[in-house]
Amino acid sequence: MPKQTPEERRSNFCEVALGLDSELAMREAKRCIQCKTRPCTRGCPVEVEIPEFIALVAEGKFAEADAKIKEKNSLPAICGRVCPQESQCESLCTLGKKFKPVAVGALERFAADWARENQPETGCEQDISDDPPVCAAVDRIERPSARIAVIGSGPAGLTCAAELALMGYRVDIYESLHETGGVLRYGIPEFRLPKAIVNQEVDYVRSLGVRIFTNVLVGTTLDLNEMLAKGEYQAAFIGTGAGLPYFLEIPGENLNGVYSANEFLTRVNLMKAYRFPEYDTPVRIGKRVAVVGAGNVAMDAARTSLRLGAEDVKIVYRRSRTEMPARLEEIENAEEEGVQMFLLTNPVRIISDSKGGVGAMECIKMELGEPDASGRRRPVPVAGSEFTMDVDTVIVAVGQGPNPLLARATQGLALNRKGNIEVRDEYGATSIPGVWAGGDIVTGAATVISAMGAGKRAARGIDIWLRSQS
Amino acid sequence: MFRIMEKRLLAPAVHQLVVEAPLVARRARPGNFVIVRTNEAGERIPLTIADYDPEQGTVMLVVQEVGKSTMDIGMMEAGDSFTDVAGPLGQATPIKKVGTIVGVAGGIGVAPLLPQIKLHKEIGNHVITIVGARTRDLLILKDETEQASHEVIFATDDGTFGYHGFVTGALEELIKQGRQIDEVTAIGPVRMMQATCNLTRKYNIPTLVSLNAVMVDGTGMCGCCRVTVGGETKFSCVDGPDFDGHKVDFDELASRQAFFRDEENLARELAEQKRGGCRCHEK
Repeated sequence: MPKQTPEERRSNFCEVALGLDSELAMREAKRCIQCKTRPCTRGCPVEVEIPEFIALVAEGKFAEADAKIKEKNSLPAICGRVCPQESQCESLCTLGKKFKPVAVGALERFAADWARENQPETGCEQDISDDPPVCAAVDRIERPSARIAVIGSGPAGLTCAAELALMGYRVDIYESLHETGGVLRYGIPEFRLPKAIVNQEVDYVRSLGVRIFTNVLVGTTLDLNEMLAKGEYQAAFIGTGAGLPYFLEIPGENLNGVYSANEFLTRVNLMKAYRFPEYDTPVRIGKRVAVVGAGNVAMDAARTSLRLGAEDVKIVYRRSRTEMPARLEEIENAEEEGVQMFLLTNPVRIISDSKGGVGAMECIKMELGEPDASGRRRPVPVAGSEFTMDVDTVIVAVGQGPNPLLARATQGLALNRKGNIEVRDEYGATSIPGVWAGGDIVTGAATVISAMGAGKRAARGIDIWLRSQS
Repeated sequence: MFRIMEKRLLAPAVHQLVVEAPLVARRARPGNFVIVRTNEAGERIPLTIADYDPEQGTVMLVVQEVGKSTMDIGMMEAGDSFTDVAGPLGQATPIKKVGTIVGVAGGIGVAPLLPQIKLHKEIGNHVITIVGARTRDLLILKDETEQASHEVIFATDDGTFGYHGFVTGALEELIKQGRQIDEVTAIGPVRMMQATCNLTRKYNIPTLVSLNAVMVDGTGMCGCCRVTVGGETKFSCVDGPDFDGHKVDFDELASRQAFFRDEENLARELAEQKRGGCRCHEK
């Protein structure tokens, strides 16, 4: 897929991957051999009918291709951009056994983008009154009377809400922040997922009749059990995400200039600090940045640092390249842009510059020992290998735990040892009857698409349960 | 939604706002805060709830103009609306029957202290409140404080009203008079809370402080508001904002509060230029 050159893109926030044009897309779609076994579909957590939509692209029926995807996936422009296709659909492609697999992700993105640019907007404004908006976008037979509350407007919540709306239910989404989208908005940077795309996908979900209420924290502003007990809602889905950053727990971590990746990215993405002082929220980036961790979030933070003007950006990771959890494409993008990799390196302490800021970071070299519980080889410090890294900003991107707000305020909601919500079946039923959960709040930090898959399964579970109730 | 029903000037550049936020008002407790935004380009500003009225569906906020964002709030009038109000956030202050409590407030810290001392009085504690300010004109909410307390001591740094000196001086006098004090709650500038804790530590009086760390989301998501309490890192927004004052690392808190000072100054200067000078002395 065509991209902005590294030189160009490291100084702007515009999208890096430029997408296929219709000619390229049709040519790529024609590579699909339409095999009978359809292994690609088994790799898709939301069950997109991949060969069918690709056949439509090959015929130049782009609107139909988009509609085909949307039968199963409410957020195709997002999935086309951020799904790890290389380990899902594309990894199973029959063609991929001998040649390059069909670029399913690029085609999905193409179809969704084409529809966005070439089709009239659904133009469905949210109606704040009690009656759900009537919308031409969906042919609705008779609405079941049940109302469902979805908590969190990230990928899990949006998907669950869209699925339920398509089944005909009345769905309200409650979002704690002032903007919709969850991690799609505050976490993933503009250059990887433009916010205009997120807006468009959220508008699509609204066009299905879903209402979205921002600034409402279920757990504090409203009580989930009360919402159900009062009969306002007959069922609920919790998709509140992984919202409590982990730190390294090393000395110096509370110095000025040490950010969690969440704070750093939220300032830049949600609050638009890269446009300070036009926007009021500031972000301070130094010249020499160390990003600790090697997942997609770490790559996002490193590449954002470059775009904010950092001269020297290092990824510091305690394991080796093979274990880096980020997508290969993101690692390559980061390296092309000039991010340096300090692998088998672990921070020991952050040293003050005597003014309360970061002066340097002491690290130790690591080597890989025996496999640990995760199956990856455990990194062990190499005695005497300490060295000092000259940095003035440290961004900690070592994962996140579950946010405690909803769970601690919701009586009867069973959690596991780590504080994630415990689910009882494949649909995500929780310990509270009528309440389902899915996404990072259940699994711990994972991918957008796995959260969407969970949202979709929960919608199915809710439907089955509601039918059994009536 | 989030309309300003009333606005009152309490002191130069200090505003009291009554804001329509029925869902927040219904579940607010002493010690809770809200996050507000004034416009689409605005910061998320944490403000402690100074009073709440579930029946009217309103919360009361007291805001001092210190930077661009609080100046924006100062420019708003009754009838205007906030873009966003989210809450109630933070843990409610643990308020138990202990005997005699002393509420110590510095500057506009008296506003968030009010709902706490009201509840203390309601559940049967004897409430002594010490309110300090630089000078007489900056003492706010005097009547409300008198009503919510059994005894009140006002203190001014320049001696223009009440006790001449800092709140810590007034508190130490009380202690030295042999008054039984079972608990102290201190709310105000970091150095004032620190000085209060240094004093009460000497006399072994349990002391609660309400921390105003820098925040972004205010829901535990970013970790910007982390503070060291008893050697452990806590998030003020979800673990606090109230903590055992004897365990708080105030120097770290003060340093972290100053991290964005340059940016804050720049934003304020630009805003002042745009408005043709600062407005501190108007009205």
